[in-house]
Amino acid sequence: MNPMLEARALSLPDRLHDVSLTLKTGELACLIGPNGSGKTSLLHAIAGIGAPSGEVRIDGIAPRTVGPTERIRLLSFLPATRELRWPLLVRDLILLGGANSDEVAGTIAALELGPVAERRIDRLSTGERSRVLIARALAPRPRLLLLDEPTANLDPLWQIRLMTLLKARLGATGQAALVAIHDLDAAARYGDRIIVMDEGRIVADGDPAAILDGPQVRQVFGIERAGNEWRPVV
Amino acid sequence: MNRTTAALLTLALAIAFLASLLLPWASLLDLFGEDRELATALLVELRLPRAALALIYGATLGASGAAIQALFANPLASPDLTGTTSGAALGAVVTAYLLGFTAPIALSIGAVAGALGALALLLALAGPRAETATLLLSGLAISALAGALTTLALALAPSPFAFYDAYDWLMGSLVDRSLAQTAFAALPALLTMILLLRLVRPLDRLALGEDVAQSLGHDVGALRLQVVCLTALGVGACVAICGAIGFIGLVAPIFGRRLTGGHPGRAILPAAAIGALLLTAADLVARTAPLGRTLPIGVVTALLGAPFFLWLVAHMRWRLQS
Repeated sequence: MNPMLEARALSLPDRLHDVSLTLKTGELACLIGPNGSGKTSLLHAIAGIGAPSGEVRIDGIAPRTVGPTERIRLLSFLPATRELRWPLLVRDLILLGGANSDEVAGTIAALELGPVAERRIDRLSTGERSRVLIARALAPRPRLLLLDEPTANLDPLWQIRLMTLLKARLGATGQAALVAIHDLDAAARYGDRIIVMDEGRIVADGDPAAILDGPQVRQVFGIERAGNEWRPVV
Repeated sequence: MNRTTAALLTLALAIAFLASLLLPWASLLDLFGEDRELATALLVELRLPRAALALIYGATLGASGAAIQALFANPLASPDLTGTTSGAALGAVVTAYLLGFTAPIALSIGAVAGALGALALLLALAGPRAETATLLLSGLAISALAGALTTLALALAPSPFAFYDAYDWLMGSLVDRSLAQTAFAALPALLTMILLLRLVRPLDRLALGEDVAQSLGHDVGALRLQVVCLTALGVGACVAICGAIGFIGLVAPIFGRRLTGGHPGRAILPAAAIGALLLTAADLVARTAPLGRTLPIGVVTALLGAPFFLWLVAHMRWRLQS
């Protein structure tokens, strides 16, 4: 079976060097790596941000060859920055992502944004704002979700709820997700696969348990697992 | 913007246009009784260009202001505060008084080139997503530079009457423009508005951030270039004929966004309508104010717009503090 995402030889000047990657239907891959290792750059390159070189195909279609209407159904990108300058209403902002009103209503319900749906985004807390932006990315149900630190700013309950919701949704719809995340334990718990990045390259890719106990995490992060804890390598 | 609001705006525009054409009506009615031909000439040759220019220039400033605000993601960006109008005025003055080309087409080309230069300089100085302070300081610097260069160009002009000639125009004036001059402003302005309306969706999506807009398939670089060129074309063509008029491009988009739930791109059309209404109203004030002579319209818009601008700055500061 052909992979759902095929990315070949992706590069961005000084940030990402000749990265290739595939994702299967329904797969949740967690992207880990220290600050500046190229996680965001890889998400950018797949999303077509910043004129990357290389080739991306989602279900055999190159996103750069299709217009916004079709592209919305192929991929969705959630940036790590949660800054928004226009004080739009929550529902309007989610609609701007290209989903129809039924999809938006469903996502608002799933992320429990109903009580704030008619409020202005600048009047919400940082955590609520994050959930709104996540809803914008999820609502059009694109084949591939590219999420940069989706659990940042969320309280512990919502971190669990979001990752559980994501996992269930991928299983039900066959969408795939590439999620950049700093919480290694969450990556192991929710990821079908962990991809480790360092200096703009993929240095390890595979089963979460094997990756976290393998030598790359130790080398790249300078930490190692001791029982249930992570501690610096001495 | 719902249908009722759209219908009300259209009705208000029609009333404003008719009022601009017919007021003050007493002299016009007297003239119709005495010399019908002269009255018709007065209506068609004098009042029609003035009323049409007020609508078109106001609409261009409103639409351009909305597009520039959406592009810079900043409610304080506008053709005058970004130096676009000053740049256009400089271009027109250099073309007319230093290069000696006074045909409307030459003035338009000069003004559009000046406006383009100012916007390009602003993008280079402040960057595409400038903070308010950087944007305003860069715009201020460009306006000051363009103003100084305009004065210098007039001082160096071969004609000793250059300052006197240019004064009324520099302050903004819709008086005594011909139908042909009106067409020279109207055609590029209409083209600008039609093409800006095609950018409504990408400009709305820009509200989600440049990265997200790009990931959704919008070419942000091309969008920036289109907004800069189109606003320079529309504002430049209007400045060439009517001089620099401030504040409409700042105020109209702010009210426009109130009608579109804050959507910056969708605000282009209502901002155009509100800009047309505001400039027509300002022109009526300029013509009918009991001061014994017609006021320069730029003075009226500045007198009404500057307090609004101060309120806006205070409001933004208050919001930042709360």
